Amino acid sequence: MKDVKQTCPMTREQIVGQYFLEHRARLLDIAAFLDRLDRAAASAAPDFRELALLEALRIVADGGPHRTARVLNLLSDLTTEMPQSAHGMKGALGAVKPAAGAAT
Amino acid sequence: MKYIDPHIHMVSRTTDDYQRMAQSGCIAVTEPAFWAGFDRSSAQGFHDYFRQLTEYEPRRASLFGIRHFTWLCINPKEADDPAFAREVVALIPEFLKCDTVLGIGEIGLNKNTKNELIILEEQIRLAEEHHQLILVHTPHLEDKRKGTRLIMDALSASRIDPGRILIDHVEEHTVADVLDRGFWAGMTLYPDTKMTPQRAADVIEMYGSERIWMNSAGDWGCSDPLAVPKARLEMRRRGHSLQLIDRVTLDNPRTFLSQSPKFRLDMEQ
Ligand SMILES: [Zn+2]
Repeated sequence: MKDVKQTCPMTREQIVGQYFLEHRARLLDIAAFLDRLDRAAASAAPDFRELALLEALRIVADGGPHRTARVLNLLSDLTTEMPQSAHGMKGALGAVKPAAGAAT
Repeated sequence: MKYIDPHIHMVSRTTDDYQRMAQSGCIAVTEPAFWAGFDRSSAQGFHDYFRQLTEYEPRRASLFGIRHFTWLCINPKEADDPAFAREVVALIPEFLKCDTVLGIGEIGLNKNTKNELIILEEQIRLAEEHHQLILVHTPHLEDKRKGTRLIMDALSASRIDPGRILIDHVEEHTVADVLDRGFWAGMTLYPDTKMTPQRAADVIEMYGSERIWMNSAGDWGCSDPLAVPKARLEMRRRGHSLQLIDRVTLDNPRTFLSQSPKFRLDMEQ
């Protein structure tokens, strides 16, 4: 992926000053969402979207570049097969459901 | 301050949205044909929609000094039945004569099916035969990356110059591919499922301001018809120059759209 170091006109300090509170609040939303899942009655297995979110959080915290693109790729359908018709298909869910029997 | 919102579905918005957009500096919009939130039961339903886009909306916009242009097609969500889709596509050539129709759009894929691809290819051929610009819709969420690649392959198989095609709804994982292949890229500022003004400004910082624009894609869903001026403000807060901000929200749309001789603006308005 493209080297994009030093392409923002603001300093690190300015970025933190401008955006910290907003993203602090968003982080707390994610934490509360995970707490809410823990407080719910357990289902047989966690939903694939829950697992995908936890995997994405590891990317967010890994310190590497292009976290956004890497999270989007993680949440993308990487297959190449095309069904004939969309008849009976559900809308997009935001993460890829592993095929039945596939290794996780 | 002036800007163009090059992708917004005004048929789904109220007249006071036009008023607020005009007050925020909007001088022109372009409106692609899209899914109405329900499947239309006949080709006649599309005929009426195309009349709304070409006759009614330009008049409503002009009350606020906004120029209204449009794009026609059958959207990918209703294109999964090829026989029905062909009935709709057959209506389009007649409307291409209208003096506010800029091209074919927003065509693309929704669930990345073979049926959708067949109709996409037929509409690419229609654009080629009639020398029309193309505005492309890419699928949302997990289907976007695969769909964007399939669409670009279908477009590259035609003889249309990629500089006459804009691929919309790009995100961080698709924007580089789109630009590298010579297409224009559109970023959609949509509160829930697409980009925020902050992320759009990030993409400009990372990938530059050439062949890229921003739009609100405001429609009947939770969307914001003032998303483009909000992105301008976000870029201003970061210290970007007015020249750069104008480039991505006014000059770039004007450059791309002016490839159609029908796109004219009165910049003195
Ligand atoms: Zn749209």
